Amino acid sequence: MEPQPNTNLSWIIRMAWRDSRKNRSRLLLFTSSIILGIAALVAINSFSNNLKNDIDDQAKSLIGADLSVRGRLPMSDSVHAFFDTLALFKANEVRFASMAYFPVSDGTRLIQIKGLEGDFPFYGEFETVPQSAARDFRNGRKALVDNTLLIQFGADVGDSVKIGKLNFLIAGRLEKAPGEIGLNATIAPTVYIPGKYLEETGLIKKGSRINYTYYYKFESEERTEEVVEKGKKFLKTESLRYETVEGRKENVGEAFSDLTQFLNLVGFVALLLGCVGVASAVHIYIKEKIGTVAVLRCLGVKGTGAFLIYLFQISAMGLFGSIVGAILGSGIQVILPKVLQDFLPLEVSYSISWIAIAEGIFSGFIVSILFALLPLLTVRKISPLRTLRAFFEEDSSSKDLLKWLAFLAIAIFIFGFAYLQIREIKEAFFFTGFIALCFLILTGIGRLIMWLVKKYFPASWSYVWRQGIANLYRPNNQTLILIVSIGLGTALISTLFFTQSLLLDKVELSASENQPNMVLFDIQTPQKDEVEKLVEEFDMPLIQKVPVVNIGVQEINGVTKFENEQDTTSEIDTWVYNREYRVTYRDTLIDSETLEKGNWVGEIESFNDSIFISIDEGFARRMHVKLGDEILFNVQGTPVKTYVSSFRKIDWNRVQTNFLIVFPKGVLEEAPQFHVVVTRVKSDEQSAKFQQALVKSFPNVSSIDLALILKTLDDVLGKVSFVIRFMALFSIVTGILVLIGSVIISKYQRIQESVLLRTLGANRKQVLKINALEYFFLGSLASLSGIILALVGSWALAYFNFDSPFVPDPVPSLIVLAIITGLTVIIGMLNTRGILGKPPLEILRSEV
Amino acid sequence: MSEILKVENLTKQYKSHSGLLTVLDAVNFAIEKGSTFSIVGPSGSGKTTLLGLCAGLDRATSGSVILNDIVLDNLSEDDRAYVRNQYVGFIFQNFQLIPTLTALENVMVPLELRGEKNIKKRSLDLLDKVGLADRDDHYPTQLSGGEQQRVSIARAFSNSPQILFADEPTGNLDEETGQKVENLIFNLNKELGTTLVMVTHDLELAAKTQRIVRIKGGKLVSDQLTESGIASNAIKLKQG
Repeated sequence: MEPQPNTNLSWIIRMAWRDSRKNRSRLLLFTSSIILGIAALVAINSFSNNLKNDIDDQAKSLIGADLSVRGRLPMSDSVHAFFDTLALFKANEVRFASMAYFPVSDGTRLIQIKGLEGDFPFYGEFETVPQSAARDFRNGRKALVDNTLLIQFGADVGDSVKIGKLNFLIAGRLEKAPGEIGLNATIAPTVYIPGKYLEETGLIKKGSRINYTYYYKFESEERTEEVVEKGKKFLKTESLRYETVEGRKENVGEAFSDLTQFLNLVGFVALLLGCVGVASAVHIYIKEKIGTVAVLRCLGVKGTGAFLIYLFQISAMGLFGSIVGAILGSGIQVILPKVLQDFLPLEVSYSISWIAIAEGIFSGFIVSILFALLPLLTVRKISPLRTLRAFFEEDSSSKDLLKWLAFLAIAIFIFGFAYLQIREIKEAFFFTGFIALCFLILTGIGRLIMWLVKKYFPASWSYVWRQGIANLYRPNNQTLILIVSIGLGTALISTLFFTQSLLLDKVELSASENQPNMVLFDIQTPQKDEVEKLVEEFDMPLIQKVPVVNIGVQEINGVTKFENEQDTTSEIDTWVYNREYRVTYRDTLIDSETLEKGNWVGEIESFNDSIFISIDEGFARRMHVKLGDEILFNVQGTPVKTYVSSFRKIDWNRVQTNFLIVFPKGVLEEAPQFHVVVTRVKSDEQSAKFQQALVKSFPNVSSIDLALILKTLDDVLGKVSFVIRFMALFSIVTGILVLIGSVIISKYQRIQESVLLRTLGANRKQVLKINALEYFFLGSLASLSGIILALVGSWALAYFNFDSPFVPDPVPSLIVLAIITGLTVIIGMLNTRGILGKPPLEILRSEV
Repeated sequence: MSEILKVENLTKQYKSHSGLLTVLDAVNFAIEKGSTFSIVGPSGSGKTTLLGLCAGLDRATSGSVILNDIVLDNLSEDDRAYVRNQYVGFIFQNFQLIPTLTALENVMVPLELRGEKNIKKRSLDLLDKVGLADRDDHYPTQLSGGEQQRVSIARAFSNSPQILFADEPTGNLDEETGQKVENLIFNLNKELGTTLVMVTHDLELAAKTQRIVRIKGGKLVSDQLTESGIASNAIKLKQG
């Protein structure tokens, strides 16, 4: 053979340019999906990069010191001496939960008290109003009170707050403390007081749950490292934990890597939806180009040449979309710190992240090509014979090896990209598998629908209905492509809805009628009877009276913590030895418990009897403890040998004092302990009055009002769901764009026959009805498929992740179904109106 | 005179639900360079299939097609595309212009594919010959059927093909426009010395070519010289 015709690159580019001239609006449609997907990705990645840089820049103010040391007990004098002599500056903080009383509104609430001594923070500053209060409050009986508390109780700077036995002047409104996230204020609002008044409050008593934190500033980072290295052994022996700036940086980075991974996945899903948009738009675009390609092939263009013309067009539009998306994303990232402010411990700055932009443009360009490849590859196989015969049957595309390679490349890309976002091979694999499964299921549903409609075609129905329904399976149908693209979008959005209601249901379960709604704790043994009397005076029931003892584990089956650490084969983690256990003793099971295994022993008969304890079955599994194992506890200095005799299953959803470990009666009665009383208040008013009386008479006793807890949980969930919804918005908008794109492009598939029907005498209403029916079936079937997928996904999440039954709520499903179907029909109708408003000939001549 | 196209035992079969369907059955003929040739026959007789096979648009089930001394049978689709670009021109019943290209660009494509120079002037000259020099920047949708067919004729002759295949070239046109298009094809054919192979229903049009083969049920049933064919042969003999 002689040399091949000259289809060089410059000619291909020229042809791509010429051919695109009359199609740019259509090409822009698919570009819009890429724009949004890339915008999401760039916004999120820019935000993540800025967050990382800001963590580095503001690391010292995250901890407020070079080193913090904390423990459940005060530091011993020798350790004090060690750090004090080496540090330039020191400060300490005593933290515990207690009730606060605001006289201005007669309100009480459980809060977090922090007694501060020294010049903490050494880096950064408390953000207070007035700002001077950040230092001034240390100079008298003054307090810095969390902003949310002041708002809740209508108090202001200059009013007072009673903590324990003392009244404090509110010196300032606390907006932010170093290293604290905004959400802390919702969960546990804080009041800072000068540490020297702690004793006088009368709240520090034996058995109280107190945390001690010591802050140090050293000459340099090297010095800090040196001190930590030397001090490690003291810290270990006194069970003290420490944190340096570097450590905090890592911890914060790790904590936010979860958040950024979640955000990245959201962005990735938006991008994937964009990819579906690309694939469906290119699929339809290429269908329209078959005639042109056949002519080019007749004129001597090679299959590869024709393929390259359209590949070049799509790549150019993909690149354009990616650049626009990257610019848009860089703008959108300004919003993210505002959306996430309650979850961030620091101010996130705005700066353009060139890395994120480059990554975004590159990813967009690659996905445009990859996802366009499947429909594009068919161009190579278009026969020139189509110029002579319109319905020439092509070779089966399933034999095309390149097509399978394209599938493989897409799978590798999704896996690779997911891995880059998650950094976990297994999870990336599952994610890819899940996406593939969704595609397969949706494709299967699409094919099934076409088969069913064809098989059980309602032949007796009126022409308009038959025509509308037949459009679902006739040549040039949109069924498969719309079921997959709209279905996937719907599945994602519905899963978010279902999962959210799953979480909310779990919470609401606890709030049901006739359940206890107030818990009183930290009751000292001498106060027990008087508190119970107060409860009865308020006509409230004593639902539960529970003694609580704090104990630790010393040995398990004779193995100490040290020996366990040395034994590399041991399955028992060190935390089992380190943690503090709050246990109770009683002779019966309570109604939130069921015996799963072993024998329940409620009481020991004599002091010499073996002591049999019961453990929560899940906790026992995590501890790697079996029935019959021997555990030696340290009950505030006294060793107590016990044997595991039973495992209980506990329903943690009930508002009750549940315990991981329960002792029999007759062992712990004499140990130092505090008591918990569970009761029920009838109204908010009764709750407020009772809490005021309680704080006045027993300032050390704390109460938890469940209504407030539920409100707090609701606030937290509200904030979390806002973030999820906001991020899902990217996916939703991309999904809608895909929907609009697919439906608008599908207009060109139906235009010829709509015009033909008009020519044959069909009136406007009939044509509109036929199209409306087709879009209605497509929209409803696609969204229904997505909802079914989401139901299965949510059930799996409920079963495997939340370990709770999943009862689907029909309302959100119906809302999603109605919205997606409605949108599809409306967009489809808007399209058809354009065709119906003009004479048939004009449309046939102008629509190329 | 040498042959430009030779068809030997050409058979084309398709698989259908009821078994093998023979569309062309052992067709044989040869066409001389520079001659004009018609394929006629009723609908479904296999004319268009025969044209497609001769032009290298499709592969035969058996038999052979030799175009300008090149055996097409075992060539790949890309090699056949090259043959078409170098030696073949096409005119279709439904014009088959590329809708996104202007009239001028449509004419330029075959030349661009050959990598030739100064193609714009040559293409404009061709458009001038078909009377559309002033419509060069119009898109197909802005042209009438007759104008579109004239552009497609200009395109067909743009690469100076050795053989021109025309599938019902006037089938979509009114009589007057059809007549103009016919004249254009025959004049250009004569002027450029191109071989013309035409599929048509129109026996009057077929009679203007030198030779007519008749296809029925996939078989070649007759192969006759027309009056102009006899006259042309007589001239050749005299010149002999």
